[in-house]
Amino acid sequence: MSEKIPNNRVAYGKALVSVGETRPNVVVLEADLGKGTQTVLFRERFPERYFPVGIAEGNMMGVAAGLATTGLVPFASTFCVFASMRAVEQFRNSIAYPRLNVKVVATNAGIEIGPDGATHQAIEDIAIMRAIPNVTVLVPSDPVMTMKLIPMVADSMGPVYVRIGRQDTPYLYDESTLHLEFGKAVLAREGYDVTIIAIGNMVCRSLAAAEILEREGISARVLDMFSIKPLDSDAIVQAARETGCIVTAEDHNILGGLGGAVAEVLSAELPVPLVRVGVQDTFAESGDGEAVLRAYGLTAERIAEAARIAMARRDGLRRT
Amino acid sequence: MNRNIHQLEAIANELRCLALRAIYLAGSGHPGGSLSAAEIVTALYFSVLNIDPACPDWPERDRVVLSKGHGCPILYAALAKRGYFPLEELWTLRKLGSRLQGHPDMRKTPGIDATTGSLGQGISVAVGMALGGKFQGKSYRVYAIMGCGEQQEGQVWEAAMSAAHYCLDNLVGIVDYNTLQIDGCNAEIMEIAPLSDKWRAFGWHVLEVNGHDIAQLLDAFAEAKNTRGKPTAIIARTIKGKGVSFMENQVKWHSSILTKEHFEQAMTELGCDGYFAAACKETSHV
Ligand SMILES: Cc1ncc(C[n+]2csc(CCOP(=O)(O)OP(=O)(O)O)c2C)c(N)n1
Repeated sequence: MSEKIPNNRVAYGKALVSVGETRPNVVVLEADLGKGTQTVLFRERFPERYFPVGIAEGNMMGVAAGLATTGLVPFASTFCVFASMRAVEQFRNSIAYPRLNVKVVATNAGIEIGPDGATHQAIEDIAIMRAIPNVTVLVPSDPVMTMKLIPMVADSMGPVYVRIGRQDTPYLYDESTLHLEFGKAVLAREGYDVTIIAIGNMVCRSLAAAEILEREGISARVLDMFSIKPLDSDAIVQAARETGCIVTAEDHNILGGLGGAVAEVLSAELPVPLVRVGVQDTFAESGDGEAVLRAYGLTAERIAEAARIAMARRDGLRRT
Repeated sequence: MNRNIHQLEAIANELRCLALRAIYLAGSGHPGGSLSAAEIVTALYFSVLNIDPACPDWPERDRVVLSKGHGCPILYAALAKRGYFPLEELWTLRKLGSRLQGHPDMRKTPGIDATTGSLGQGISVAVGMALGGKFQGKSYRVYAIMGCGEQQEGQVWEAAMSAAHYCLDNLVGIVDYNTLQIDGCNAEIMEIAPLSDKWRAFGWHVLEVNGHDIAQLLDAFAEAKNTRGKPTAIIARTIKGKGVSFMENQVKWHSSILTKEHFEQAMTELGCDGYFAAACKETSHV
């Protein structure tokens, strides 16, 4: 990757184009948000394989299902709010239940989208999508990962939901060393005192939190749980065993998303103290993206604080 | 397939008997909307469709999407009669382990092209199949059977708009216009008339037929095939529960449990008293 890709949406658009170059059966559907989701890049390169459906997300899911029955590999894109809520029943019944090979890649995840406000801030989509059988749920964290992931998605069989953020994001990984496998967390940083499990835009903030903690002599492991489903239970249990406490960090409601998924594994396999950083079951509001994240506690400082709390609980101390 | 109208009418009657027996033995299901679609399904499966029951996944086959998925007993009867699976399997409808689910499942049942049951979705899937066919230069055709109550779903009109936009002349939408839904008639629940005007306004070629007149249905399917540049909607006037006097035009027979008496009277009226004794000797235990 020679030129710098500013964010995961652009990475998605570029990855789609490169997937399109080598896979003639890949087609793209879009519900009038191609400029946001960056499927416009595919439209420019392969206009004959780009099917706008208009502002009709439910129909988009059904059309994608029908296309998939003919052997094509449809990527259907819109914002997370609409993909996972407006059209969820169509996704469930027309795509997930019959295990059709449709890839829903939705952008503008979470409250980081900022000024558009709560109507456009998807904080429930992971919880919804991972509750549907047959669906793979993926949340890439940086452009390098997104570029690597999209071809894997194209070559996978069955329904996939990919959740992508809107804002610009730093590179976290090196293309040559990043190894991705569905169901396997990426170890973003090794550590032994506490484990921070993060996704999407919270991975870089978790790495920043690990830096803060390091200055205090705390060694924090950071796991990038980009594969929400299948989930890497082994990595979670291993982290519980080795660090004895866990923090989750996600730009999503703490109910049912990454925090919920990790809590399910821990309570069943190896209960240890868990602190969930995320949207605390409330709708957020308009504002500059960073300001909104700060206002709702999605910051490196808050993650670091959560790590201290988790460690204190583990050590039998109660903070007041 | 070269069958005359008389033979096709006899098949429609037979499918009615098979569907009702399946529903009767299942102890639940949807007789009214199965019976109203008998001629539509017969015309398709025994005359119009280019299909091969020995090869249900043949890529070049014509596709049928039963968008009103609850009417599947009549479709299962047609598939069984065409040899996609044994007739006896019809008696497993809705039972644990059966390949015949309460609503169509393309992964379980040979010959079912789309998983449906949630009203409004099948027509979108049919649009995708037709679009995929056009895109890949295939000559197969796609038929979507919808209910009239189903016309109230917004998604139907999203799909209608998209089919016209993509000039899908390989797509036919059939509305089983029996005027009844679950809670009453369309007019009292949510009026859908003027239905032909609506489809026309959405850019479709529209034909109105008597949905129990096989000759009219065949003509309409032929005209649809010769229509270029736009999809065709066939508004088929039907009677819910058609063929069984006490079910005809009765809202409650959308889905009611058939007693033994109901079932036997229905068989008598359809002239099928002796039919099952002859056709299904080996399943006399059911
Ligand atoms: C989205 C959705 N909502 C509700 C139902 C429940 N339902 C099943 S059949 C039916 C009435 C269908 O009426 P119509 O389309 O006229 O079919 P027909 O009369 O031909 O049986 C309803 C509301 C459903 N299957 N899907």
